[in-house]
Amino acid sequence: MDVQLLAGLNAARAARQPCVVVTELADGSSRLVQPDELAKAPLAGTALSEAIGEGLRSGRSAMVEIDGKQLFLAVQVPPVKLVVIGAVHISQALAPMAAQVGFEMIVVDPRTAFASPERFPDVRVLAEWPDIALPTLGIDAYTAFIVLTHDPKIDDPGISHALERNCFYIGALGSSRTHKKRAERMRAAGYTEEQIGRIHAPIGLNIGAISPAEIAVSILSQIIATLRAERVAAKAAKAAA
Amino acid sequence: MSTLATDNDILNEAERWKKAGKGVAIATVVETWGSAPRPVGSHLVIDEDGNFLGSVSGGCVESAVVTEALDVIENGKPRLLEFGVADEAAWKVGLSCGGRISVYVQMIEAAPTTAHK
Repeated sequence: MDVQLLAGLNAARAARQPCVVVTELADGSSRLVQPDELAKAPLAGTALSEAIGEGLRSGRSAMVEIDGKQLFLAVQVPPVKLVVIGAVHISQALAPMAAQVGFEMIVVDPRTAFASPERFPDVRVLAEWPDIALPTLGIDAYTAFIVLTHDPKIDDPGISHALERNCFYIGALGSSRTHKKRAERMRAAGYTEEQIGRIHAPIGLNIGAISPAEIAVSILSQIIATLRAERVAAKAAKAAA
Repeated sequence: MSTLATDNDILNEAERWKKAGKGVAIATVVETWGSAPRPVGSHLVIDEDGNFLGSVSGGCVESAVVTEALDVIENGKPRLLEFGVADEAAWKVGLSCGGRISVYVQMIEAAPTTAHK
């Protein structure tokens, strides 16, 4: 691997583009492969193209042997982005925890008294309405999206955007009763049960959390559990076999 | 407040070290068997002074990997290291969890290498 390839890899990660570094173990030579190269010459139709495609689908790095060569496919999927609607107390507790687990956190709240840099020293804060702020954030399937304001005017447009962008996790703060009302509003707006069912509400794992920091732990745990669900299922299946 | 290095930090730091003119090696977990502390694809980056960032195990074999990496930085040849209970005698380090891991250590070169097909 050379420094140009490393720089390209870091640029792809910064731009949230999935890619794969293919390294031949015998001599250490590497190349960076972007998803759009798989269907083009010289890769199209090769066993390598197939293996890289599988890596991108599963998000898993792996060793493969192709044409007698041992290759390591280092699959790079974008790091998790955590978009939080609501610059509230729970969000403040969540900020350092999200940084620790490597999530890039962004807070959106139109209420300027809440969305101040003083309250969120190390986090990107946008004091804008969701419909203005969200389209600029590149929200994607590698994004976890949570709404914490309790105010439908602010939360609901956020949830709509998260569903549209296929976020891997969507969570909404509020009691079961609050969520029931939310589900009713969404049904009236034409959302399907499947879409409404994608929302984790009440938000977070049930650990009996009370304080804002404890609630932040329960939310973060549920996001990680969702992110790693496949891994958990594979382990459970292995244990049952 | 200091935070743990994420994969982004690790690879960005390797790039910064290299661009600052240091010799740099990157160690990657390429295979695991049994219960391994870090998943395949985890990185540890090492500079010529023995500074390192990231991890390939829970801390069990990092110092051995750093030592090997310094050799790799010196002679430029990649190598594949195996750690685990079975290799304890050979390496004098083992994984307490009972798993085995394979770690590939390669140098970051200054100039582009020839890409293979």
